[in-house]
Amino acid sequence: MDTVYLLITGFLSVVLINNLVLTKFLGICPYLGVSGRVDMAFGMGLAVTFVMTLSGTLTWLIDHMVLIPLGLEVTRYVCFILVIASAVQLVEMYLRKFFPPLYDSFGIFLPLIVTNCAILGLCLFLNLWGIDSLLEAVVLSVGGGIGFTMAICIMAGIRENLRMVDVPQCLQGAPITLITAGILSLAFMGFAGII
Amino acid sequence: MATDSDGQMCVYKDTLLAGLWRENPVLRLLLGMCPTLAVTAAVKPAFTMGMCVIFVLVCSNVMVSLMRDRLKPHLRILMFTLTIATFVTIADLLLKAFQPEMSDALGPYVPLIIVNCAIIARAEACASKNPVLLSIIDALGMGAGFTLALCVLAGIREVLGTGKFFEIQVMPEAFVPWAALSMPVGAFLALGFLLGLVALITQKRS
Repeated sequence: MDTVYLLITGFLSVVLINNLVLTKFLGICPYLGVSGRVDMAFGMGLAVTFVMTLSGTLTWLIDHMVLIPLGLEVTRYVCFILVIASAVQLVEMYLRKFFPPLYDSFGIFLPLIVTNCAILGLCLFLNLWGIDSLLEAVVLSVGGGIGFTMAICIMAGIRENLRMVDVPQCLQGAPITLITAGILSLAFMGFAGII
Repeated sequence: MATDSDGQMCVYKDTLLAGLWRENPVLRLLLGMCPTLAVTAAVKPAFTMGMCVIFVLVCSNVMVSLMRDRLKPHLRILMFTLTIATFVTIADLLLKAFQPEMSDALGPYVPLIIVNCAIIARAEACASKNPVLLSIIDALGMGAGFTLALCVLAGIREVLGTGKFFEIQVMPEAFVPWAALSMPVGAFLALGFLLGLVALITQKRS
């Protein structure tokens, strides 16, 4: 029962309280770039969730099965980024084969997931938080992805409505998005007490 | 010959200055936003981060520029990333050895330099097409622009958020710190308004 409780609190914590986008500032580039429309944002969120689950699990396994026993922690960053790049390549090939319309709508953003800091960031945080069970690593990876999807979808919804608003010319585009993200992050701070 | 070398100097100077304002990675191109938001609660970590980025940027630009003729197009990005990851590991170890406090304060944001789009963008746009010297100058200019933008943002946040600048009290006793500016909220709001200001200046000039 303790394990289940731990997993649930871990999941909630990474989705709401330690949301990667709004409190750790990871994945800001796609957050600003792809949050124009809700459907695109949702697709991007799903792709990131998938890659994040895959690479979070794989990097945890590689870290604990290979690098730490062999004392090769120095090569950790190089290994992590290789795993992420391969996972993204895999998703790209899969989407191109089975979901061509989705693949076309992603365009440049799919290869850019490689340089999405949220994914490498999560792998590094798993290491930093000293997660020592595989199950926990998987749950936190999924949670990180879901947190990203949620944040980017909320933002896309707000931005769709922002189009009807008279924003001062100099604040249009990225500035108003950042200011909105700030207010959103303020709202998310309210979750801080629930666990 | 003289005019040729003059032209060359002009190109170098232009490249160096481009990074500071016209193509400033943070303020104009919106690259490398994650560290910009994450480490700018105070000037010292922001400056350290800027120095790390300059180191990695110069080294990776030299490396990419040296191997530019041998790169295969489809493996290009992977090679860039691996080169950058290697130099980031070096920077991380150096920081751990000589600045352990800063290394703790920056935490995972040092390894996250690997995925800083500003560095990959320079490797792709400049180093993979130009000789070594021009790549170094480009890296210095871009790195300086990045550091400058970080320090400006960190300066605003530190002075208003804690009343200090570079850990020295600058605001009068009676000043009530705007605590929100030290929190994640402040990062988003301050950068948003800073970008708005930059856009305003650009409009006024043109």
